[in-house]
Amino acid sequence: MEKSNIQKMGGLAAEKHIQYILTVEKRKDDFVSVVMEHLRMSGAYWGLTTLDLLEKLDTVDVDEVVSWVMKCQHESGGFGGNIGHDPHILYTLSAVQVLALFDKLNVLDIDKVTNYVAGLQNEDGSFSGDIWGEVDTRFSYIAICCLSILHRLNKINVEKAVSYIVSCKNLDGGFGCTPGGESHAGQIFCCVAALSLTGSLHHIDKDLLGWWLCERQVKSGGLNGRPEKLPDVCYSWWVLSSLIMIDRVHWINKEKLVKYILDCQDMENGGISDRPDDAVDVYHTYFGVAGLSLLEYPGLKAIDPAYALPVDVVNRIFFGR
Amino acid sequence: MESDEYEVMQRVPLRERPEWSDVTPVPQDDGPNPVVPIDYKPEFVETMDYFRAIYVADERSSRALNLTAEAISFNPGNYTVWHFRRLVLEALDIDLQDELDFINNIAMNNSKNYQIWHHRRWVAEKLGTDAADKELEFTKKILSADAKHYHAWSHRQWVLLALGGWEDELDYCRELLEEDIFNNSAWNQRYFVITRSPLLEGLEAMRESEVSYTVEAILAHPENESPWRYLRGLYKGDIQSWVNDHQVSLLCLRVLNTKSNFVFALSTLLDLLCHGLQPTQEAKDVVAALEMSGTVEPDSDLAKSVCFILEHVDPIRANYWRWRKSKLPHAT
Repeated sequence: MEKSNIQKMGGLAAEKHIQYILTVEKRKDDFVSVVMEHLRMSGAYWGLTTLDLLEKLDTVDVDEVVSWVMKCQHESGGFGGNIGHDPHILYTLSAVQVLALFDKLNVLDIDKVTNYVAGLQNEDGSFSGDIWGEVDTRFSYIAICCLSILHRLNKINVEKAVSYIVSCKNLDGGFGCTPGGESHAGQIFCCVAALSLTGSLHHIDKDLLGWWLCERQVKSGGLNGRPEKLPDVCYSWWVLSSLIMIDRVHWINKEKLVKYILDCQDMENGGISDRPDDAVDVYHTYFGVAGLSLLEYPGLKAIDPAYALPVDVVNRIFFGR
Repeated sequence: MESDEYEVMQRVPLRERPEWSDVTPVPQDDGPNPVVPIDYKPEFVETMDYFRAIYVADERSSRALNLTAEAISFNPGNYTVWHFRRLVLEALDIDLQDELDFINNIAMNNSKNYQIWHHRRWVAEKLGTDAADKELEFTKKILSADAKHYHAWSHRQWVLLALGGWEDELDYCRELLEEDIFNNSAWNQRYFVITRSPLLEGLEAMRESEVSYTVEAILAHPENESPWRYLRGLYKGDIQSWVNDHQVSLLCLRVLNTKSNFVFALSTLLDLLCHGLQPTQEAKDVVAALEMSGTVEPDSDLAKSVCFILEHVDPIRANYWRWRKSKLPHAT
């Protein structure tokens, strides 16, 4: 039965990936389970979004997930990566995204979450990750995405947030983590998405950045994140979503990229890895499936390149049912 | 520091250590019926149960400091443990030089971890300008193993901006580029130095010497994307100088004459033409020669020919080059 399903999906082992996601955290004595403990909220977001893209979110017990998510919230309004962990903006966005997947944003005290996120904006417009003050354009995206989902963008200084991001723009058209930091596809996604969500894409030199992004495609069809680095499935998401937001996705060879992602599947036990024949993990499984969704692979729900949520979820947030 | 005493092999369980006998461990709460149950190793579970106990009691003591070291050895990504460690360090008024040594040990095997770098910065910030040399050395050590290490570069840039130490930075970039001329991080750092170092006079003053350096680098490896972008960056905000500088168009022609690894040379020539460069006869001849050696139909419009050639020699980006062609101003 599984075989015929694989055939039907034309190469994507969807059933296997679903099984992989549903059992991933149950493995005993696994080093990965230890290092995952503190970022379980992000793990939940990667796994659950993948299930949703594969139209299998209904296999999960909503109430259990929601009650666990809410146990990770702190008095400050921010969420920790797991129960008993300190709040951080990273896990606050993951928590909001997970609740959005299940149409459960109504369980949130929106003002409380908003106050937490808005409170992390600095004088120069940048955002810190938590009270300890690490600054990174990743956090600018997270803050903007989170508040946009909650319809509370008006609670931060958007103009300053945008000008900080623009100050991180480099000579190649890309963006780094702080002003002067090297362009990196992951940071570029964060900056392009943040500019997109605030209606500020005019700050981007789309042709220059688009060319840099399409130069990331290597002979195997995969994408790297910086010049002269190895390709990695996660960049299927970071590079592709950026190209879509600046309307330049047709500049890469889509067929070759699809083939590269499919080559990174574990056809036996499910899951997707960074490169062919490497060990799979949830992170790369999510980015592989999300990348295929952006490439309009049949049988997958469409994903929104800026919110990193299925398009129907985003539509529900902004246009009601 | 203390962490060395607790090597996993000879680890004595906390419940058997007399100094912990007064503490009741607090187990992990995954909720009543966890959706995503995680099975952890017993040593990890025990350490975290004791950590939770002192964290909840907010015990800022030296045994708490030792315990955070143990918890970090299991999972250096656990940011809550790092946070608590900082609170303890502040309370105990410990010599932070020791803390740098502690991070050195952890970082050697876990350098891709955000928490370590953030913690390192917190310590360095407290130590002030005295820490600059040590921090530059530390990042150098990490970069000697992985010269494109994003966190290490990010930390290094912060050290330079916040604590100083710019004196040898351009030399350091040169060293790294001698080792690997394809290292985009080192090219980025070079740009960072020439545009931001308080000891230099800024981009325009550096342009002449930097152009010569970059031209040499390109001639050695014309397929190297980084110096081509760097070269363009040297004329930031001054496109006219870039178009008019004969060194740039000459460089393109020299590479094109070799008839190999010429994609970036040709795309640079295309950019120059699009910005108003009047092609010399030599340029026309060189491009015609490339057409002859390929399957491309000659075209009277030079920019169009260039696009045709690029489309054929760089097929994975054929759509990009076709788009460039469609955007060309009509031939005169």
